[in-house]
Amino acid sequence: MSADALNPLDPYTHGRDFCLARMRDMLRIRRFEERCAQLYGETKIRGFLHLYIGEEAVAAGVLPNLRTDDNVLATYREHGHALLRGLSMQSIMAEMYGKQEGCSRGRGGSMHLFDRANHFYGGNAIVAGGLPLAVGLALADQLGGRKDRVTVCFFGEGAVAEGAFHESMNLAALWKLPVLFVCENNLYAMGTALARSEAQIALTVKAAGYNMPSAQVNGMHVLAVHDVARQALDQVRAQQSPFFLELHTYRFRAHSMYDAELYRDKAEVERWKQHDPITTFAERLKAAQMMSDDDLKAIDRAAQDEVEAAVAFAEAGTWEPVEQLLRDVTTPAVPTVAAGSAS
Amino acid sequence: MKKTTYREALRAAHREALLTDPRVFIMGEDVGRYGGSYAVTMGLLAEFGEARVRDTPLSELGFVGAGVGAALGGMRPIVEIMTVNFSLLALDPIVNTAATLGHMSGGQFSVPLVVRMATGAGRQLAAQHSHSLENWYAHVPGIRVLAPATVADARGMLGPALADPDTVVIFEHAQLYNLEEDLPDDWHCDITHAAVRRAGTQLSLITYGGSLPKTMQAAEVLASEGIDVEVIDLRVLRPLDTATIAASVRKTHRAVVVDEGWKSGSLAAEVMARIMEECFYDLDAPVARVCSEEVPMPYAKHLEEAALPQVPKIVAAVKGVLNV
Repeated sequence: MSADALNPLDPYTHGRDFCLARMRDMLRIRRFEERCAQLYGETKIRGFLHLYIGEEAVAAGVLPNLRTDDNVLATYREHGHALLRGLSMQSIMAEMYGKQEGCSRGRGGSMHLFDRANHFYGGNAIVAGGLPLAVGLALADQLGGRKDRVTVCFFGEGAVAEGAFHESMNLAALWKLPVLFVCENNLYAMGTALARSEAQIALTVKAAGYNMPSAQVNGMHVLAVHDVARQALDQVRAQQSPFFLELHTYRFRAHSMYDAELYRDKAEVERWKQHDPITTFAERLKAAQMMSDDDLKAIDRAAQDEVEAAVAFAEAGTWEPVEQLLRDVTTPAVPTVAAGSAS
Repeated sequence: MKKTTYREALRAAHREALLTDPRVFIMGEDVGRYGGSYAVTMGLLAEFGEARVRDTPLSELGFVGAGVGAALGGMRPIVEIMTVNFSLLALDPIVNTAATLGHMSGGQFSVPLVVRMATGAGRQLAAQHSHSLENWYAHVPGIRVLAPATVADARGMLGPALADPDTVVIFEHAQLYNLEEDLPDDWHCDITHAAVRRAGTQLSLITYGGSLPKTMQAAEVLASEGIDVEVIDLRVLRPLDTATIAASVRKTHRAVVVDEGWKSGSLAAEVMARIMEECFYDLDAPVARVCSEEVPMPYAKHLEEAALPQVPKIVAAVKGVLNV
């Protein structure tokens, strides 16, 4: 948590509107996911459900820096990224229910939220699976001469053990591709601590191995995340080359819904909760007299209202007819058939 | 009509694709300066430059995944993998992403990617360069799998593969690159149908890829002995053209499947099952198959030859089914 000292950020430099907007972003994620956990208990939501609770400052810090046509890729813990990227809470909740009004028509669920319109490429349940795709999306931009677009790829620290991480970092650096690699280091790959899985736990050293610039920041401090991400993005855009950003954060809940948490001390969890990105930011804003208790209540109320509207939307949603089971397995377009088959 | 090799036909198809569609680019190990491990892309770097004929590191998972991403980003990438054995390092982006994204996203995305690779044995390259794993890919919904077995198909399949909005995996048998045939003036082909390579009446020989020349030779041998067989080249390994297979078997009432893959869980097994589903009561004899022996491919020439489908084995299998 020493990064706080390295980033003595003052809310005044960002202004009240900006700070309240970030508070709103984080609370929308928090309230949405708390309700999802409840709905899971009610068996309205099934499958895996990976909650981002505790890590909200990462998505809320990075994503407001992006332009609307930048590309975003995320992991299976991506509800927050999808929400802040512009997917409606209703379409996400309907997807959690498996309804055809969901953003992926109910075929993807919690781990596979997609939105073409917002350049949101998922929702990837293969650890490190998004990184090679990010390289390819950025390569398409480079080949197409689109120098104003960047690709932002979120992944957990567990991904750095995968070959896909190393191959992608090398390709992005070798080909000078505009990718921001955002490593959400929450210390545990499911139940395996970083120190138990990596010989080198200083992750930025791995970036240096690919001649890639990097930075690390306190991922529990939304303003710190925002400012470092903005600098990194500016560099990626201006220099058309990749950047590796490591954010120190912590998952407050279980890995998924069933997890006895045998791998970490309750005291450790409690210690990290002292740095809850929402409560600590609220305290900072109150101390700076930029947000009153009433302001906070209003933001929270609005988030909860939005969640309840999303639940109502999902409840009212419909099941895709089974007759459509095979729809979209292949794209409905017949390949060009020229005259005169070789047969 | 002019004499052309399979390799030259593939190269002409690639050159045409690069000339006609600015979204097309080629990437893979040694496709540029080296000229391609099977020389398919020889000369294309000089003509089209490094951006479009792109050498990659030895990172199959990385560059095939990047191909998926580039396809999502609006390009039409052709990714070359040296051999099917190496493609196992890239199964993840193909099976978990390219094949799933359309359905999993509710139809929002498609992945117009072409992945080409060499396959098959016959050059004493032993057990890590010689296998036929086409059936692994043909198992997966969401992708198309092709196996050009003639010079005309080598020339004609790439265009429609690139036009397919979904991922197409193309298997080029390593023994076919030097194959020389007359390239017909109209080499265009579709990528949805099997081809009848030889019409016949007594039995249907069904094969694909590198086994086609052997199967055609076997048909010649049989013809010299007065046995008239039909030869079906599957060409499209997914989705299988069951109608063409069934039409042939309904005519001949007998079938032998020739497949360089191992017997267990093979494409041959799938073809046999479909014949049973579609035309069991048209059969006059049980369907037979000639596959590779279930052994990692050995290096020694006599052992490799013994492991593979060969003309005498095909002839014997046909005679067995005909009971002659």
